[in-house]
Amino acid sequence: MRRSVFPALVTLLVLVFLLSPLAVLVVNSFNASRFGGQWEGFTWQWYERLREADEVWAALVVTLKIAALSSVTAMVLGTLAAYALHRHRSWLQTAHGALVTVPLVMPDLLMGMSLLAFFVSTGVELGMTTIWIAHVTFCVSFVAMVVLGRLQDFDFTLLDAARDLGAPPWEAARRVLVPLLLPGILAGGLLAFTLSIDDYVITFFVSGPGTTTLPLRVASMMKGRNLPMINALSTLMIAGTFLLAALAFRLQRGRA
Amino acid sequence: MDDFLVIEKVTKRFGAVRAVDCITLRIACGESFSLLGPSGCGKTTLLRMIAGFERPDEGRILLEGEDITTLPPERRPVNTVFQNYALFPHLSVEENIGFGLKMAGVERGEARQRVARMLELVKMQDQRAKRPAQLSGGQKQRVAIARALVNQPRVLLLDEPLAALDLKLRQHMLGELHAIHQEVGTTFIYVTHDQGEAISLSDRIAVLNAGRVEQVDTPARLYEAPGSHFVAAFVGDANFLPARVLEVRHEGYVRVACEELGNPLACTALPLSAGQQARLMVRPEKLLITRERPEAGERVNVWAGTITDVTYFGAYLRFVVQAGETALLVQMANNRFASSGTVPGRGERVYVSFHPEEARVVAADSQG
Ligand SMILES: Nc1ncnc2c1ncn2[C@@H]1O[C@H](COP(=O)(O)OP(=O)(O)OP(=O)(O)O)[C@@H](O)[C@H]1O
Ligand SMILES: [Mg+2]
Repeated sequence: MRRSVFPALVTLLVLVFLLSPLAVLVVNSFNASRFGGQWEGFTWQWYERLREADEVWAALVVTLKIAALSSVTAMVLGTLAAYALHRHRSWLQTAHGALVTVPLVMPDLLMGMSLLAFFVSTGVELGMTTIWIAHVTFCVSFVAMVVLGRLQDFDFTLLDAARDLGAPPWEAARRVLVPLLLPGILAGGLLAFTLSIDDYVITFFVSGPGTTTLPLRVASMMKGRNLPMINALSTLMIAGTFLLAALAFRLQRGRA
Repeated sequence: MDDFLVIEKVTKRFGAVRAVDCITLRIACGESFSLLGPSGCGKTTLLRMIAGFERPDEGRILLEGEDITTLPPERRPVNTVFQNYALFPHLSVEENIGFGLKMAGVERGEARQRVARMLELVKMQDQRAKRPAQLSGGQKQRVAIARALVNQPRVLLLDEPLAALDLKLRQHMLGELHAIHQEVGTTFIYVTHDQGEAISLSDRIAVLNAGRVEQVDTPARLYEAPGSHFVAAFVGDANFLPARVLEVRHEGYVRVACEELGNPLACTALPLSAGQQARLMVRPEKLLITRERPEAGERVNVWAGTITDVTYFGAYLRFVVQAGETALLVQMANNRFASSGTVPGRGERVYVSFHPEEARVVAADSQG
């Protein structure tokens, strides 16, 4: 049988398309040239400067804190929302379902502005709390969608079986429903985590003067023409992402 | 004691549908009791009310004299074997069986012993560490039974436990279920739409039809003395002939008029009176085919007819005999023809005869 070269060619093109910007970025992070136009020799200096840039690390800590908090909150609320949506059919749940999908389709700009208007009118001080709340509002939808997918395959007679064997309702949920939904909940949580780390537009509106997340910091560094340091930071983030992905992959393989 | 489990005038409605319609049953301790009926007759609904998953709209359920009608499932000493097994996929065989003990707070060492005993009962000792996904249908079935029995329930409910198995395995598991019932002595309530399963497994059977009880009786009585057309048709095969009561004799004998088939004598349990419309019911294996007309004294009821079809089943044969307008189904053991040498064939003129004790007159109005 003749093997077609077409699939291989497409794969190659996609990889080139996806990876070449990253490659340029990584290479430039070691480039002594300040503007990255051409290669002027290998250097660690951008990494050293980055190490001393305390405001970047402070922003990273804030970002991770918010991401962790919002993803955990979204995991809890999203799972509950998905359960309610799956189990109960009524006009209220129809409305609920529509509301849950709104953040998936609404432009970030609108979300950010409306949240800002809301916080200002309710007099909540802008800062960590408002960013956290804002992130939860869109993360919940993603978690709910992923968990809803898992619930489609869940056999609810398992809960009957648990009740039958002496488990009160909450115990049945804890020992049967939650463990079986957990892969979905975690996947949703991971998605929420990355979305939260990543978010610029909404965070831009609802962050106070004192709180800066990493995307906001990077953006302001761009204005300051601090390109090589951003390259260095991005390279570290790429490395971190690959490490996490590899870890997740290993964990998944271990379970199956 | 016949009042171990009492279901008292229980009704359950789903919208306009009366899934269970004023059912009353009394089940004895240690009995193997079956709920038999066609699809949609309310078997599962009744079982779910006994387990506690549904609340009756009316009526009460009493277990050992205690009203359990409103008790949640986790507080009833009743366990269920679900139709699709409902094993917990994230737990091993051992953990599945131990689930109920954990919930009951049984101490670890004792729990392990009881799980081991259950594994032994259902012959699954070597599979203890496997996940349900790694088990065959029959093995899942065993785990489901062990899991339901480990808490020593007062009543074990089984909802069509063999429906998902193939024929051979079903027959095998039927034997095992019987053996398990003998060994543990727990009251079994067994739901099925398969009359063969119900007959071979039960001490008594309740035949349900459209949410109501048609008849509660031993398998033999249901088969030999069905009270209604529905029961007779549902439990085993039967020939039904329209009949008009001519004369009611002593001890349950009646003479009926079957149009062109004469006036046979039969039995009944019904309080009939002359002139009433009814149906004559004869099982295929109670009919006897002979080439010569039997002596009048020997077999009282004799019909003449022509064989229109013969089907060979190995151990037995089935004939269709056309007698006038009526097609009669006759089943005869293969060895019945050993002496005469040949089996009667299609187109042959024969005589079909039966004893009065082997035919029943049942009510005509019953649907089915
Ligand atoms: N949750 C429900 N909501 C509405 N109707 C129901 C519900 N459960 C059962 N019914 C109806 O009640 C009737 C009896 O159902 P049930 O499941 O008890 O029948 P069954 O005898 O177990 O049938 P099968 O042999 O098919 O399992 C059916 O008409 C069914 O449609
Ligand atoms: Mg059913």
